[in-house]
Amino acid sequence: MALRDVHVAGFAQLPNRMNLDDYDEAEMVQEITAKALADAGLERSDVGFTCSGSNDYVMGRPFSFAMAIDGLGAWPPIRESHVEMDGAWALYEAYVRLQHGDVDVALVYGFGKSSLGSVDAVHTLELDPYSLAPLGVDPHAMAAMQARLLIESGETTEAKLAHISCRSRRDGNKNPNAPHADEADADALLADPYVREPLRAHDLPVRTDGASCVVLRVGGGGPRIRGIAHIIDAHQPGFRDLTTSASATKALAAAGGAGGVTVAELHAPYTSQEVILIKALGLGEDVTINPSGGAHAACTPMVAGLTRIGEAALAVRNGAPAALGHATSGPLLQHNMICVLEAE
Amino acid sequence: MGADVELVSPFVLEYAYKRSTGPVIGRFLTSLRDGRIEGVRTAAGRVLCPPVEYDPDTGEDVQDFVEVGPCATVLTWTWIDAPLRDHPVQVPFAFALVQLEGADTSMLHAVCAPREDMATGMRVRAVFRDERVGSITDIAHFEIDTGVSKDLVPNEATEPITRFKAPTRLEYVVAAGATTAEFLRGVLRRELIGRRCPSCEKIYLPPRGSCPTCGVRTTELVPMAQKGTVTTFSVIRIPFEGQVLEPPYAAAHVLLDGGDTPLLHIVGDVDVDLVRMGMRVEAVWAEQLEPTLASVRYFRPIDEPDVPYAEIRGHV
Amino acid sequence: MNERCAVIGIGQTQYAAKRGDVSMPGLVREAAKRALEDAGLTWADIDAVVLGKAPDMFEGVVQPELFMAGALGAVGKSMIRVHTAGSVGGSTAVVASHLVSSGVHKRVLTVAYEKQSESNAMWALSQRFPFNPPVMAGAGGYFAPIIRAYMARTDAPDHIGLKVAVKDRQNAALNPLAHLQMPDITEEMVRASPMLWDPVRYLETCPSSDGACAMIFSSDGSEVDNPAWVLSTAMRSEPMLFPGRDEVNPRAGADCATSAYKDAGITPDQLDCAEIYVPFSWYEPMWLENLHLFESGWKAIDAGHTHLGGKLPINMSGGVLSSNPIGASGMIRFAEAARQVRGTADKHQVDGAKLAMGHAYGGGSQFFSMWIVGQERP
Repeated sequence: MALRDVHVAGFAQLPNRMNLDDYDEAEMVQEITAKALADAGLERSDVGFTCSGSNDYVMGRPFSFAMAIDGLGAWPPIRESHVEMDGAWALYEAYVRLQHGDVDVALVYGFGKSSLGSVDAVHTLELDPYSLAPLGVDPHAMAAMQARLLIESGETTEAKLAHISCRSRRDGNKNPNAPHADEADADALLADPYVREPLRAHDLPVRTDGASCVVLRVGGGGPRIRGIAHIIDAHQPGFRDLTTSASATKALAAAGGAGGVTVAELHAPYTSQEVILIKALGLGEDVTINPSGGAHAACTPMVAGLTRIGEAALAVRNGAPAALGHATSGPLLQHNMICVLEAE
Repeated sequence: MGADVELVSPFVLEYAYKRSTGPVIGRFLTSLRDGRIEGVRTAAGRVLCPPVEYDPDTGEDVQDFVEVGPCATVLTWTWIDAPLRDHPVQVPFAFALVQLEGADTSMLHAVCAPREDMATGMRVRAVFRDERVGSITDIAHFEIDTGVSKDLVPNEATEPITRFKAPTRLEYVVAAGATTAEFLRGVLRRELIGRRCPSCEKIYLPPRGSCPTCGVRTTELVPMAQKGTVTTFSVIRIPFEGQVLEPPYAAAHVLLDGGDTPLLHIVGDVDVDLVRMGMRVEAVWAEQLEPTLASVRYFRPIDEPDVPYAEIRGHV
Repeated sequence: MNERCAVIGIGQTQYAAKRGDVSMPGLVREAAKRALEDAGLTWADIDAVVLGKAPDMFEGVVQPELFMAGALGAVGKSMIRVHTAGSVGGSTAVVASHLVSSGVHKRVLTVAYEKQSESNAMWALSQRFPFNPPVMAGAGGYFAPIIRAYMARTDAPDHIGLKVAVKDRQNAALNPLAHLQMPDITEEMVRASPMLWDPVRYLETCPSSDGACAMIFSSDGSEVDNPAWVLSTAMRSEPMLFPGRDEVNPRAGADCATSAYKDAGITPDQLDCAEIYVPFSWYEPMWLENLHLFESGWKAIDAGHTHLGGKLPINMSGGVLSSNPIGASGMIRFAEAARQVRGTADKHQVDGAKLAMGHAYGGGSQFFSMWIVGQERP
């Protein structure tokens, strides 16, 4: 049975900043949903399904999503759901929901804050509670072990990683929704000490606060979702080949491939993970990577993946024939989503 | 304290979880306590270490246990100059993926060796702690394999491991947020300030920055009366973990005069058995004010006639 | 809808205060393997997995779908983790069923669980977050004033709560998987049990349990000869606090029910039985009214209409009052409804049940999920 055509009708984000202290959950959600609906030319009453992604441990308390719905004007009661995942998975749920024919507009958002200070510890707690979490291994150390495998297998060099960081931060500085980053040339960065050898500070994501919102609509124009799929890999880092991402490759195939894609927004917090994804997705030199600066320049938990899909939609709006948005979840690119958007 | 009060606070989320292990993880941890490392074999013949209960490729149950190690090969590593509180080693060390002899997968653990000796492909050997309790950290770390193993300190325990404690501690820095901060600055002046929605014109207390029913920002500040009516209540008669008050006490919905939403608070200065729906009450402030609603210690009855039920029926 | 959706496999664990004999992966696998066996399928037959549970703070593992991917045979497949507070078990089933009814996947496994014994739910729910008011009452204390408001509004007599408490535990005695086994319970025993959150007594509340529930959905139901067909699903949410909110009879619940009946093409009086989310006995009469099942919930209970053998049996499995692994509790309601129309509910089977409803709610009575299942292919 043919699936219904779903378009990205609207997209909005709060600027990713080191600190959005003034906003509570509901206020973040109120502002981005209002902006995204305005971008789509729709009203709250047009929305048939609402779905969000957030994480209680990131926000420090249970049911943080429940407080956030105070930002929606959920009266009369609304059809609503939530995933304890990046907002990209909320978008997937909404895409599936729109296939049923009874509703045509879905509102999708994610929110998160790094400024509460716990993101690294939250990543440790997502690890296997029997053999990994008790070792207290931090996410930077995990990423560094993956990066070393990549470098020692000849896939990249520390210098190439520094160039990725320079490009991302330069692009981020052109993006009003990314925080300002000090720019330096790659050679200067390579003189910095390691944080987790072989990764230096510039290889790590800039952790931010933020929220983003995508309005999906059946028909009505705007970038069309040509294919969307997500696949999960084995959890244990020692159980899979860390120099590639089998799940990203498989998800792209399930989403119908990257044909015609000229822009890719990759959810690669660490520079080394961009190298892995480009290879796993078979992206050529003709594909522009992360024109927004990517999740490396602005890594808001539970938001960065959804924002990649939104940014890919913007790329299509701005003339790209097709663009790819990627989202990831879990340690070392364990779970990957691909959303390919194209111009109508 | 006043308008310039810094409404930022540390917050610690800390708990020691009790993990039950089930048979496979339990046997792995029991072996570690006894100074041995075991992997599990899948139907396809692959030996997994650390063991899991299933073949990750197929979902099928694993078959049998196989002793692996204690020697291993480093597949990749990173160096930790300044160990974090939760790291297993508190001197400079390496985290590494190590493939134990006889295993087809690698395991994450710590390697203690001079930085300049660390290299992918190096041979290492598990070093067990003297006191072992049935934990992945019963392996203290791995060290360069010199071909000689240290004598294992024997363990008296014989009971199989079925559970272990998993302490977690997350540290946060929480800011009140502009809307709440404004309200709490009022509380520090013994004022209760609600916010009115410009669309439905209803007043929220505690204030909401966004009107939950209209989805628009609230703007107008409205100082509220400190008297109100109990619309419904419960008498809390049991203690529970994390409780701040001594039971029994009455937890009530108090609708402040002129307000639109009930406040969940305590009714005090009265025998709990006399608390009733429609009872008139007023706020009693604490001597020492703090930036939470706990600065109102409780509401106490006042000498006014009860509000008839018909008038509060619409307010739960 | 592009495709139908049928329940072809159901698996549940033994529910207990503490399942100290299994790990978390072991717990979910116990339910999932039983569901596979029930459907006559293997892990390889599954296209996607949807996992649900209540807050991660209950077990202290963040986004546990990550470390459980292999345990649920999801490696190389797609996996989603749903969290909608207490309604999560129901909404997880809804999300999973939509993967099939949308035409995206052919066979989907859904699992919901809670291993409450790994921590203490009261601890997780009572954290004193900076600048927030102290938690004054815990979960029971939150709902007790609402119950008092229902009693005042309807003049319901005190013994209604006792009757529901007894009925659900008697039903649980017919269900070997149920956590609480109290076949000899009486109204007097309930009345004599300690008053916790006045007017709620100890035996009028749910236990704290470990457990998991799993279901397998397929688009054509041909794998088994007695599939339960999903006739409708519905979810509704409303804010927790706003002026004039009626938490005794929340509109989100009523709208959810209206939508579920309409989409199934039935009226509520056609239902043969229902499993509804009743964590405190007084929520049975409240929900009977909210879900348009009886005009007066307490009178229906007083007349024995909701007993097994009554006009509309409610919570044949023993309900949340007898087993409460929070994150799974909603899915157990949905699964029991499916068991009834499949005719596989053993001793708690309603004779000839053809149409059944499953219901779950969460938060401050603000998140609702429901489904209607039937024996006949729609």
